[in-house]
Amino acid sequence: MLKTFPKGGIHPHENKITASKPIKRLNPPKVVYVPISQHIGIPSEIIVERKEKVTIGQIIAKSGGYVSSNIHSPVAGTVTKLDKFFDSSGYKKQCIVIRTDQKDQSNFEFIDKPLKTDIQLSKKDILQLITDYGIVGLGGATFPSHVKLNIKKDKHIDCLIINGVECEPYLTADHRLMLEKAEEILVGIEILMFALHIDKAIIGIENNKKNAIANFKELTKNNDKIKVAALEIKYPQGSEKQLVRALLKREVPKNGLPLDVGVIVHNVGTIFAIYEAVQYNKPLTERVVTVTGKTIKDPSNFWVKIGTPVIDLINEVGGLPEDTRKILNGGPMMGKAIKNTDVPVAKGTSGILVISEEEAERKKCTNCIRCSECVFVCPMGLEPYLLMNLTEKKMYEAALNEDITTCIECGSCSYVCPSHRPLLDYIRFGKSIIKTLEIAKDKK
Amino acid sequence: MSTKPIIISASPHVHSDRTSKKLMYDVVIALIPAFLVSLYVFGIGALIVTAVAVISCLLFEYLIQKYLLKAAVTINDGSALLTGILLAFNLPSNLPIWMIIVGSLVAIGVAKMSFGGLGFNIFNPALVGRVFLLISFPVQMTMWPTALENQIKIADAVTGATPLGIIKEGLQFGETMTDLSSKIPNNLDMFLGFTGGSLGEMSIIALLIGGLYLIYKKVITWHIPVTMLFTMSVITGIFWMINPEQYANPLIHLLSGGAILGAFFMATDLVTSPMTKKGMVIFAFGIGLITVVIRLFGAYPEGVSFAIIIMNAFVPLINKYFKPRRFGSKIKSKIM
Repeated sequence: MLKTFPKGGIHPHENKITASKPIKRLNPPKVVYVPISQHIGIPSEIIVERKEKVTIGQIIAKSGGYVSSNIHSPVAGTVTKLDKFFDSSGYKKQCIVIRTDQKDQSNFEFIDKPLKTDIQLSKKDILQLITDYGIVGLGGATFPSHVKLNIKKDKHIDCLIINGVECEPYLTADHRLMLEKAEEILVGIEILMFALHIDKAIIGIENNKKNAIANFKELTKNNDKIKVAALEIKYPQGSEKQLVRALLKREVPKNGLPLDVGVIVHNVGTIFAIYEAVQYNKPLTERVVTVTGKTIKDPSNFWVKIGTPVIDLINEVGGLPEDTRKILNGGPMMGKAIKNTDVPVAKGTSGILVISEEEAERKKCTNCIRCSECVFVCPMGLEPYLLMNLTEKKMYEAALNEDITTCIECGSCSYVCPSHRPLLDYIRFGKSIIKTLEIAKDKK
Repeated sequence: MSTKPIIISASPHVHSDRTSKKLMYDVVIALIPAFLVSLYVFGIGALIVTAVAVISCLLFEYLIQKYLLKAAVTINDGSALLTGILLAFNLPSNLPIWMIIVGSLVAIGVAKMSFGGLGFNIFNPALVGRVFLLISFPVQMTMWPTALENQIKIADAVTGATPLGIIKEGLQFGETMTDLSSKIPNNLDMFLGFTGGSLGEMSIIALLIGGLYLIYKKVITWHIPVTMLFTMSVITGIFWMINPEQYANPLIHLLSGGAILGAFFMATDLVTSPMTKKGMVIFAFGIGLITVVIRLFGAYPEGVSFAIIIMNAFVPLINKYFKPRRFGSKIKSKIM
């Protein structure tokens, strides 16, 4: 029996059309737009000026506080603009625009560095490097990693979970990384286990990535500290809380963190970034991005420099198809629709998905027929139909009592609703109102 | 890039291919076997009753939406069609046409539209229509044409009581179950549907096929039918074991009086049943209990419709108190 979480979940079409495409390197883009808020928390502070020359990996914006992160230049070139541009949030955000120096050789060095297995640094140094090199969670939440790793004395951590689930349809970035950089990821895991004094790690992978599971199993067969677990294919298994429940049968308490049940969860991409930062002093300036869609000519996986405009990637896969009506930053379940093709790739961009005419538009919403599907599929045990009703009627207090704030926004409810009701839209709206109300209450 | 503007919307951006309309038509499909059996058993009467009920339900919904509410007309969503079929299934096949029309008006006009239309009704519309007719016209509503004798007759059909009606009357006149066993159809006839009764309630095998289809298509879950039938068999079983001469055995109760139709098609009505599986079990237990109480101790031989309507009224309360367990609400977890 494959492991999984017990309550809720859905089975959307996987559409992992790029699963067998190796990750390709691209020439650096002519211009990069590096947003200064690519992570959850306080935006970074710009420390470069217009017309300043920057080298690859140089800090261009430094951490703006504890829950924040450094940002490094992905290319060598000249800062041309410091201005606001649309990013994947749909708002104009401050970006640092850098024109790539086409003559600078460092922009074209793509040699894959050899595997480096011995860990030479002290625990303190390792954590410092992770802080300095701007590592954030690459699974999509982009939570600064050093905050996650800074564990208070009273918490006891006994297990490190590596999230290789990639339950979002279409996306294969983590899958390819696990196939191509498996040994590096294992070293990354060793580094974290060493730095955090943990002697047990589990790599959780959904069973639609059998080759990745087999690969890791082969590599860890003489290692009794790192286990590989195959998981049943079910969305949203990649959600931290669901994954911890699936692998360890531990339930993260309401409004709590995996830390509360002695677990720390990191995405495989993050682990690889940590490996590179610690072993090769490489800041986080690039990541794997799946560029895909049913209408795309040559869907592929790429190593992409942070700040690359989406249009550059779309041109690499055969251009934007005629009937494109929606472009997503991320997968179809949790990804964000972007405003135009100039939006840059950020640290949290795991895929670019192009959606054509027929799938882009939402269907007309009809009356709720109380079929209970949303209640059945909610992995958090909530009642989405009720939360939507309460939000619609502005009964925020009641919605709060019905645990609206514990919603993980996986979208399973909206996905199954036979009446096409915008359940998650309303839940998000209710959550945001409650947040502002609570802030108001705190101020009083 | 197409000339049409790009769409910005919040996630999720994909949707399962389920729609409310498909769910409704799945139920309609599931009712086809039972309808075919009723055509065979009751003949043209079954066709007339069903056609009249369906047409008048659709018509009333159309008229109310268009002229009374001046709102969008949604009669093609399948729900009025379904109400019509279910109403017909709960009527004798020789009911006067005007009564069917009155029943449809009550079902659609009173039970559904006055509550706010699809999704807002508290009571199962088809059952409200039937119960209204049963209380208003008790004579016509309990004169069931006998099976397999009246396929082409409409007006002066030979009528008879249902198995449960025969038992109830017989017991009141001091007969024992042994005396009565020769008067009621055998179990196989009841299973196949060759007995008197409402249009769609008699053929157990056809209803079971439809019910399993609904479970297979995930339109309904097993919780309501199984709990309801199990409750009924346990309680009637206890009474039967105490005194088999005074109480019919559980099998007779399950095979007659619309228990199967009620369990798979009426109680499971999405709109009027609870939202959680726990709630569904409580709801179905209540229906089973009330049905048996009415059948054994009430004035009516059959009690499924009343039981479902009574429990429909409890659904909001059940939804309030039987909630899914919230993730992470366990106070103790393994490590803490």
